[in-house]
Amino acid sequence: MSFDDAYDALTDHDDDTRWAYGTGFADPLAGVPTAVPDGVDPADLVAYSLMLGDDALVMSHRLQQWVTRAPELEDEMAIANIGLDLLGQARLLLSRAGEVEGAGRGEDALAYLRDPAGFRNVRLAELAAEDFAHLVAHLLVFATWRLALLDRLSASRDPVLAAIGAKGVKEVTYHREYAAGWVVRLGDGTEVSHARMRAAAEAIEPLAGELFAPHEIELRLAAAGVAVDPATLRPEFDDVLTQVHQLATLPPPPARDAVTTSGASGRDGIHGPELAEILAEMQELARAIPGGAW
Amino acid sequence: MSDEIKHEWPLFEVFVRAKRGLNHVHVGSLRAADHEMALHHARDLYTRRNEGVSIWVVRSDDVVSSGPGDKDAFFAPSGDKAYRHPTYYAIPDSVPHI
Repeated sequence: MSFDDAYDALTDHDDDTRWAYGTGFADPLAGVPTAVPDGVDPADLVAYSLMLGDDALVMSHRLQQWVTRAPELEDEMAIANIGLDLLGQARLLLSRAGEVEGAGRGEDALAYLRDPAGFRNVRLAELAAEDFAHLVAHLLVFATWRLALLDRLSASRDPVLAAIGAKGVKEVTYHREYAAGWVVRLGDGTEVSHARMRAAAEAIEPLAGELFAPHEIELRLAAAGVAVDPATLRPEFDDVLTQVHQLATLPPPPARDAVTTSGASGRDGIHGPELAEILAEMQELARAIPGGAW
Repeated sequence: MSDEIKHEWPLFEVFVRAKRGLNHVHVGSLRAADHEMALHHARDLYTRRNEGVSIWVVRSDDVVSSGPGDKDAFFAPSGDKAYRHPTYYAIPDSVPHI
């Protein structure tokens, strides 16, 4: 910083971001080494990148379905922004999966040409929200869990996952804040809004168990310092949810068991009919016009 | 649904500062239930393209403005006083924002 000239210290001369539209965009992966870390099975890294990428991709689609349906224009934009943030995370993670796999599948092939059984997202991401209270309850659980996960992922031994984690932390911090703000507002609102918020929170809570059930791939990679063992996320998750529920005058979230859907889970490609419905919509065009570009 | 829920949210004016050292500029308005929500909405509506580093929101009701009827008395008298403009000074090249 120059002290010879007071104006020089206050203004930037090296870009054109002065007024309406900023152009100071940054590539989160610029200069990040892409080699697979020593001692890591590339197949595991591919699967793990798909897990985190599919969580974001499927949740993003669920949020996009609210565009034109949100109660207020301003919230519609907020939800679309959150969906776009997650889509961006999905693109980076699927690209990483394709790159490590080395079979010529890029982010588009992975998003558009896999069947439901090939998707490794948690089933929580697939849920359709029947009203706005369900949407914000869903988003609060998803974002609280993902923020805790990405925060720890930013210390991963895989530099690409670490960079994606660090980028995502800033985004998901806002997602959690947005969702928590609405849960508190509706919970601590009118009699009607309280009852509907409470019903939504109670509907989503039993489904949170699978978020903390480690898959064997996650455990192997966590031991190698690459992945996050989801079981370690529970204390933070429970803390945040308890605080939000308290402010929202909702009953505290119940103690969760780590039991999941009879051993097999979304991480193994076991999904409900919701995912097939999402993929039918998401993949329709790409499958109808293979290789189409516009 | 009670009638209470159907009330429209109040209007807020949004000011965004593009960069440290510059002033906040009015960029538009939005509806929100309160100031905190207005700030969130402003972030979501008006800073999506890297436009800003700081946001102000203010209730539109709280803005006092001059009316069209005041135009002559307020603004016409300065129209013929060119000597008030600092056009008789040389401005150094290193001063970018005047």
